[in-house]
Amino acid sequence: MINIYKVSFKNLLRKRTRTVLTIFGIALSAWVLASLLGFNKGYEASLSRDIDNMGFQVLLTAKGCPYEAATLMLKGGTGMRYMSEDVVRQVAAEPEVDGVTPMLMQAIFDPNKGESGGIAAYLGVDPVTFPRMKSFLEFRQGRWFTDPDAMEAVLGYEAAELEQREAGDILLIPEKDIELKVVGVLKRTGTQDDGTIFMPIRTVQTLFNKPGELTGLGIKVRQDADIVAFEEKLYGLPDVQVVSLAQVKQTIMNLVTTARIMVFSIAVIAVLIAMVGVINTILMSVFERYQEIGILKSIGAMPWDIFKLIWIETFILCFLGGLVGTAITFGLSKLTEVLIRNLLPYAPTGSLIQLDARLVIMTLFSIMLIGVISGMYPAWKAARIRPLDAIRSEVA
Amino acid sequence: MNNIAINAENLTKTYSRGIEQIHAVNGVSLAIRAGEFVSVVGPSGSGKTTLINILGCLDNPTSGRLTIDGRGIFGDGRSFSERQLTRIRRELFGYIFQKFYLIPTLTVAENVMLPFTFYRKDGAENNVSRLLDLLGIEKRKNHLPGQLSGGEMQRTAIARALVNDPRILLADEPTGNLDTARSKEIGQVLKELNEQQGITIILVTHNPALAQTAHRTITLHDGNIKV
Repeated sequence: MINIYKVSFKNLLRKRTRTVLTIFGIALSAWVLASLLGFNKGYEASLSRDIDNMGFQVLLTAKGCPYEAATLMLKGGTGMRYMSEDVVRQVAAEPEVDGVTPMLMQAIFDPNKGESGGIAAYLGVDPVTFPRMKSFLEFRQGRWFTDPDAMEAVLGYEAAELEQREAGDILLIPEKDIELKVVGVLKRTGTQDDGTIFMPIRTVQTLFNKPGELTGLGIKVRQDADIVAFEEKLYGLPDVQVVSLAQVKQTIMNLVTTARIMVFSIAVIAVLIAMVGVINTILMSVFERYQEIGILKSIGAMPWDIFKLIWIETFILCFLGGLVGTAITFGLSKLTEVLIRNLLPYAPTGSLIQLDARLVIMTLFSIMLIGVISGMYPAWKAARIRPLDAIRSEVA
Repeated sequence: MNNIAINAENLTKTYSRGIEQIHAVNGVSLAIRAGEFVSVVGPSGSGKTTLINILGCLDNPTSGRLTIDGRGIFGDGRSFSERQLTRIRRELFGYIFQKFYLIPTLTVAENVMLPFTFYRKDGAENNVSRLLDLLGIEKRKNHLPGQLSGGEMQRTAIARALVNDPRILLADEPTGNLDTARSKEIGQVLKELNEQQGITIILVTHNPALAQTAHRTITLHDGNIKV
């Protein structure tokens, strides 16, 4: 038996190419919309996870640019500034402090890295306090170094892949011609730890001739402490920069808001283009069927029937476009992530776009809403066609 | 029992073109009996289509009275909205036109059932296979209109017009798009429908041979019946 949905659907099959192109246009805007919604959720979650995985809430670095310090903290970096090791005792004595871990980062140009050489970064960490603060790090092979002066290294997951080393292998530090024994390889964390070569801090200080010097001090604050007041107190220390991870997160989120507004504007434009496309397609099809719609009225269709018929056509287009769009979103999420990463001032590790059932429903709902609104004008226009006008135009 | 299907008294339809008044229908009075087959002929511009549009409740007359099946439709200053006219039309009339207006992506059977999408008289679904059989398109019921001949397409349009059991079938130049053989075939179909089903038919045509298949021919000239 026939019904209005079947008639609407079959009407769309008359001009298949036009229908497919319109669905594709809607799908593209659904893709942009779903990716944006997924990005909103994913970015903040990834950034929070990155910061939580630091293991400490405050970082002290030698005085310098705060953004450089933030970069150092999140990505590792070169062009280091140094502070004295004395700061460790000073800070550890504060009542708000739960623990501290000193760090010394050094970088060397490795001619064998990549095609034309690259920077190899070594992070000197304290064998006692660092593992305690980063208790979530798990080993794929081996263990942490135990001796603070040991000529040993622990490799992050990607560093091990890149150097092609396993626990028990020897790792050569270029320029220094010094061999280290790899005692452990970490599991993948999705953070910057994956690309790091960890060494005992005293070994790094000795090998790179930086006795008593640090590039950073990670501070874990007690849960009941007033972190803001504590940070204020730290500002009193000479020649150090206080980097609050809460501030870093806020700074990055502020930078990202700009990018988010840009992406959101693109989504709005894409949705508007899709809306105009839908209105154009349906309106064109209404004008093409001017006489036929008039005849439908002569065989018993009320204005509301015609309105529904045309409205359902729009609805079907938007529903199919929404479905295809969400399928594209899932299928091309990696590509979308690369595109978005290129737009952002800083992108955390891990997945930037989080897709789930709720997001699919929200996207479909939004696209359907757009369909309902877009379909109103062509449907209203069609509902107003008078059979007499259609017949007169036939005679003409 | 009242055996008059349509009774028109002094119907007029006047259009304004600038300051000029055009009397497309100019005081037409006629009576058509139930079960009668009437053809309306006349030169172009004689008001045939305007008259059939008023008789078929597609348009309001400027003045005059129209009674269908004893029910007063137009007259005494009454004028109907498009919605009210649609209600009257779907109860009483079936229409066929020069062009067939079949939906190309629906099968013959689906095109015939198309009016059910909007309105269905009780038991009308039983008419579908009967009409397909009666009009000789039963074997083509699953074909698309593009696979049919012109005659078969017009037969499908006739079945669509009759599927809701109308009292009166209005045919406006139904053979205008067909060759002589197909025109004759459609003329025969209309005659059989009238004789076997007792449907009242009003046929507007330019084709003298087709007009002769009717019981009676009304000739219009300048908006009035030529005696």
